Amino acid sequence: MLKQMEGSHAVAEAVALCRPEVICAYPISPQTHIVEGIGEMVKAGEIANCEFINVESEFAAMSVAIGSSATGARTYTATASQGLLFMVEAVYNASGLGLPIVMTVANRAIGAPINIWNDHSDSISQRDSGWIQLFAETNQEALDLHIQAFKLAEELSLPVMVCMDGFILTHAYERVDIPTQEQVDAFLPPYEPRQMLDTSAPVSIGAMVGPEAFTEVRYLAHEKQMQALELVPKMAEEFKAIFGRDSGGLVRTYRTEDAETIVIAMGSVLGTIKDTVDEMRDAGVKIGVLGITSFRPFPLDAVRQAIQHVKRVVVLEKTFAVGIGGILSTDVRTAFAGIDILAYTVIAGLGGRPITMKSLHELFEKAGRDDLVPLTFLDLDWKVVNKQLARERQQRRSGPAAENILRDVSTTAANLS
Amino acid sequence: MSFQPVKFYQTGTFTVGNRLLVPEERSVQANMERTNSLNSGHRACQGCGEALGARYAIDAAMHATNNQLIAANATGCLEVFSTPYPETSWQIPWMHSLFGNAPAVATGIAAAIKVKRQKGMKDDVRVVAQGGDGGTTDIGFGCLSGMFERNDDVLYICYDNGGYMNTGVQRSSATPPAARTATTMPVGQQPGNVFGQGKFMPAIAMAHEIPYVATATVADLRDLEHKVRKAMTFRGARYIHILVPCPLGWGSASQDTIKLSRLAKETGMFPVFEAEYGELTNSSKIRRLLPVEEYLKPQKRFAHLFGKSPAVGTIVRLQALADKNIRRYQMLDKEAN
Amino acid sequence: MNKPFAITLNPGSSLANHTGSWRTERPVYVDRLPPCNSQCPAGEDIQGWLFHAESGNYEKAWQHLTKDNPFPAIMGRVCYHSCEGACNRGNLDAPVGINSVERFLGDEAIKRGWKLVEPATESGKHVLIVGAGPSGMSAAYHLRRFGHRVTVYEAGPMLGGMMRFGIPKYRLPRDVLDAEMQRVVEMGVNVVVNTKVDNILETMAAGGFDAAFLAVGAHIAKRAYIPSGEVSKIVDAVSVLRSMEGEDKPMLGRRVIVYGGGNTAIDVARTAKRMGAEPIIVYRRTRDKMPAHDFEIEEAMQEGVMIRWLSTIKKAGDTEITIEKMELDASGFPQPTGEFETLEADSVVLALGQDVDLSLLEGVPGLELSDGVVQVDANMMTGRAGVFAGGDMVPADRNITIAVGHGKKAARNIDAWLRGTTYVAPPKHQVATFDKLNTWYYADAPKTVRPMLDIIRRQSTFDEVQGGLDESTALFEARRCLSCGNCFECDNCYGVCPDNAVIKLGPGKRFEFNYDYCKGCGMCVAECPCGAINMVPEDI
Ligand SMILES: Cc1cc2nc3c(=O)[nH]c(=O)nc-3n(C[C@H](O)[C@H](O)[C@H](O)COP(=O)(O)OP(=O)(O)OC[C@H]3O[C@@H](n4cnc5c(N)ncnc54)[C@H](O)[C@@H]3O)c2cc1C
Ligand SMILES: Cc1ncc(C[n+]2csc(CCOP(=O)(O)OP(=O)(O)O)c2C)c(N)n1
Ligand code: SF4
Ligand code: SF4
Ligand code: SF4
Ligand code: SF4
Ligand SMILES: [Mg+2]
Repeated sequence: MLKQMEGSHAVAEAVALCRPEVICAYPISPQTHIVEGIGEMVKAGEIANCEFINVESEFAAMSVAIGSSATGARTYTATASQGLLFMVEAVYNASGLGLPIVMTVANRAIGAPINIWNDHSDSISQRDSGWIQLFAETNQEALDLHIQAFKLAEELSLPVMVCMDGFILTHAYERVDIPTQEQVDAFLPPYEPRQMLDTSAPVSIGAMVGPEAFTEVRYLAHEKQMQALELVPKMAEEFKAIFGRDSGGLVRTYRTEDAETIVIAMGSVLGTIKDTVDEMRDAGVKIGVLGITSFRPFPLDAVRQAIQHVKRVVVLEKTFAVGIGGILSTDVRTAFAGIDILAYTVIAGLGGRPITMKSLHELFEKAGRDDLVPLTFLDLDWKVVNKQLARERQQRRSGPAAENILRDVSTTAANLS
Repeated sequence: MSFQPVKFYQTGTFTVGNRLLVPEERSVQANMERTNSLNSGHRACQGCGEALGARYAIDAAMHATNNQLIAANATGCLEVFSTPYPETSWQIPWMHSLFGNAPAVATGIAAAIKVKRQKGMKDDVRVVAQGGDGGTTDIGFGCLSGMFERNDDVLYICYDNGGYMNTGVQRSSATPPAARTATTMPVGQQPGNVFGQGKFMPAIAMAHEIPYVATATVADLRDLEHKVRKAMTFRGARYIHILVPCPLGWGSASQDTIKLSRLAKETGMFPVFEAEYGELTNSSKIRRLLPVEEYLKPQKRFAHLFGKSPAVGTIVRLQALADKNIRRYQMLDKEAN
Repeated sequence: MNKPFAITLNPGSSLANHTGSWRTERPVYVDRLPPCNSQCPAGEDIQGWLFHAESGNYEKAWQHLTKDNPFPAIMGRVCYHSCEGACNRGNLDAPVGINSVERFLGDEAIKRGWKLVEPATESGKHVLIVGAGPSGMSAAYHLRRFGHRVTVYEAGPMLGGMMRFGIPKYRLPRDVLDAEMQRVVEMGVNVVVNTKVDNILETMAAGGFDAAFLAVGAHIAKRAYIPSGEVSKIVDAVSVLRSMEGEDKPMLGRRVIVYGGGNTAIDVARTAKRMGAEPIIVYRRTRDKMPAHDFEIEEAMQEGVMIRWLSTIKKAGDTEITIEKMELDASGFPQPTGEFETLEADSVVLALGQDVDLSLLEGVPGLELSDGVVQVDANMMTGRAGVFAGGDMVPADRNITIAVGHGKKAARNIDAWLRGTTYVAPPKHQVATFDKLNTWYYADAPKTVRPMLDIIRRQSTFDEVQGGLDESTALFEARRCLSCGNCFECDNCYGVCPDNAVIKLGPGKRFEFNYDYCKGCGMCVAECPCGAINMVPEDI
């Protein structure tokens, strides 16, 4: 059924259709609308046999999820940014214990400076946590990925993070196709845990493991993610068979035929990139797009396959590894190890900075001329940066950088107007 | 249901079992078929009070729930000595997640059980969470308070050995004043742990007005079992705080574990009581009141108080704390005294 | 369940980890000798029979008790119960009323007609016993249990010895005495009364006896020289008490002076009181020097017996006597003061002790007689092989319990001797001293007081003075026992072991250590209430 609705609400509907059993929630923007929506549905009795728990922190949210998942309940939670970091210890724990929890991360920047707007720093900070991470490009895909996520998680006994851009997707009203309960039921069987706390077959979960077996445990976790590499595309196909839509998969290519340049990115920014690429293709530029849906496991083969014949790739990422640069681009480079391809890392959209078609146009053209430095900061205001750097060189106690910059930015803005 | 001490002269109310009692009056621990929820082969130190307290409490809970019990465990000695790969000592469904989240994990387990029951599961499975004093009063405090405040159907059991023992005996907020730990050494102006800090979790639990709060020691098994059994008659959040001497951390002889628990109560250093919905309902009376020195002396963590020149002032302050407990928790039998 | 590797483990699998290897000391179950048992002259396993009484199994308790002493109803009345003086519970509140529980068991046995165990096989040996007092009858009982034929020759007309002809009825009712004597007879003991043995060797030879046990007691009253008139009536206590058993009660008059300070003096004075007299005991030293037991002195005084301390009789007239006041010298001996006083007296009863009539031993070679008694070796045998002796006639304190103990000990040695061996007593366990106990576990429980007959009836009748316990008070009293040194199945060790290394074997079967897991912490030892576990070094 097609409906015009907020992205968060679409996700809430999707989760509800997955017949969740335990949901725990703690407020943080831009995730709040999702759990508010589900909470209301549970309270109103629209989701049967479901416990909705208002916990006291994200750490508790993930911990409650660990407990309920280990007891065989289909479990869901959602968070973002500071919240994700607050629960980190439990995030690792959930995957270490192999608990198929599904969590939405409404991607948002991490402070300080505190910032509620979108980038991918939060999810990406958990790239090594052992969770599967799927990035949604649109609200429809966000909705679809949640349905797939439960199935994937439960088949592998691994937790899955569905990442969707905060505000850009969560708060955007778009038309989405809400599947029917029958469709979802046909796709997603009831949860059959691989291990659980059961009085009729007691086990101890969460042993202390020493050097004699720790590496093996880690390797087996990796092995499971490798299995996911096969399962994810298969699941996308099954999904298509029932729901009639392409959604999910490991990667998605766009106009990559005979491309010399491929732009690689994750999440909603792919939309803007595709629009830009459309224009450039119209102008005859051989450029295409590779969207990465499955960031963990990282689909090395699929990426390699998609880019092996290009001259260059531009990895545009909404995160920044301070002190080195790109994160997604490092992974991409691993994919084409041995193949001679130029790779440009572009850091863009941090803390909600808009990524405009105009900037992308310029960027891609420069890239086409190989006129890019390896690490580019899209739309970085060099004036502000240089001024602050100069200030710092002059006097040791130059005051808080963020405030200084804000002042500079607003004077610039005032000068402009 | 108030606790009726068994009128029995040869052994009073205090022995574990006794052939002379009718079977209903015997303790769970006296039963040849007790569950031994925490099995032999665990790696706790000799005479570990925590190992003992855990078996006492969990066996009792198993008994009270007809073996329909799941446990969540915080990181700490209990977890480490019971479940090092490749062996576990637990005979019940048991889970360890993290140091500070046992109450929340238990909330999750309880929620899952609730849903399963709605879906037709017959068994009334109950949940306990357990942890050391560090896991309870410090790092797990937030989760515990949340669990209390939501009144989740969880019995939380704190095994209080007065410090972070598993990491090598550091101070926790349950370490008694003056006690030596690796982070409160007996040096400087105020040797040992300082006065005026720390928190008494049972009182904080009471402030949440949860259905049931109790304290116990491993010296009085019948009382402990009664409290676990009673806790299981309530729905909602319940809290039992058990004093469990740690020979390693306290510097006490391994055979003195029960004796010290007994002395903790008999000197007033540790009040043993019950509370319902925030109100004190019962306190175990001191049988043979003793000065605090009796409790302190056998423990090396207080050895600096009894050197060549005893720290009389400190001992007096500790006695004052004991006296306050005795007053506040009505530890003396008015009729008898 | 398809469990994840290493992080999820099978329940209880730690059994594979044998923590017993950590141990440097190991606990072992022991049986220590309770001080009561250690003290009991008859060698009763007091803790052992109380153990059964505690659970209300009185018959089993009685059977256990009578393995050592066939006379609990008598003991429960006249034994001086030194066991209670040794009882560890005395350090807590008051000793366990061992004697009163014993009496309860004895009375129950009589009431319910419980029988002693009869021998399974007969040895074919024949043992002569001379004297049917407690010692002789105890030996008879034990020898029967060993399967020997037993014949008792008793000079008097009835069984019991001094228990019948000395101890007054108000302390030992005769139906009780009869019942316990009869039960031994019913085991197949041949008793020949009114038959005095004059020459032991002849009697043995005539009867073809393989061995003999002599227990003739001490019946000849000691006399003191008292200048006296023609008509003054001076009699001895033993005769007075003996005649109480016959038809002709003694005529002592109203004012009876009893001379002496032992239990016999008290008994005779109290007997006189009951016959309507106003007895006065004259004793040369002070009360605390008096050999009679304090409780007997107390009871006598309650009943109206007067006592003149620090006095000796200087002379006796027909209606009065003269006494001289004494004072104690530095070493505690009474010395005459030269101060005299007269007391009205219709008769004087001398209670100055008894001597043994050793005439039956005349001419027996090898015997050693000194201080008026027969010397015996550690096996109760006299210098004459095959002739054993015990009770009042051998060097020892004189009381029924010692006599009974001698009977038991002699029987064991006679049995061995008859089989050509020597009896070797099993090694004695270490005594369970008070410091071995963890008394925390015993609730406070004051001793049960036995009922006493009202004072009027005590002064005028021979009804039994001290009552017995009823079932509930006996049970209470039995349960006051701390079970010193012997497991009473309190389950403490089973409970307190942090390593579940104690195996409970089930009711009556006690416990076992599982040394695979015992880390040797010593907690079970510390918390065993009765000291029945010992810690011993592990040899590494
Ligand atoms: C008045 C009195 C009160 C006492 N009260 C107590 C008391 O309360 N508690 C206590 O423990 N003790 C008491 N005693 C002491 C106790 O009675 C004796 O120690 C005990 O009876 C000694 O036992 P026995 O078997 O050695 O001798 P006896 O009891 O004296 O028995 C010896 C028997 O041998 C018989 N006999 C003697 N010569 C011969 C012979 N040649 N041939 C055949 N038979 C012979 C006698 O007739 C007698 O029956 C009391 C003693 C007296 C005198
Ligand atoms: C988040 C976190 N911080 C610290 C630790 C290290 N740690 C493990 S156990 C422990 C002490 C446990 O103390 P307590 O809870 O009192 O239990 P005990 O060992 O004394 O029984 C500490 C500090 C940890 N495992 N996790
Ligand atoms: S350190 Fe203490 S709490 Fe930990 S196992 Fe040893 S005795 Fe038990
Ligand atoms: S308490 Fe019992 S075992 Fe111990 S000495 Fe007394 S009677 Fe004997
Ligand atoms: S502790 Fe109790 S059960 Fe164990 S040996 Fe001692 S008396 Fe027997
Ligand atoms: S309590 Fe257990 S581990 Fe300790 S010594 Fe006794 S049997 Fe051994
Ligand atoms: Mg601790």
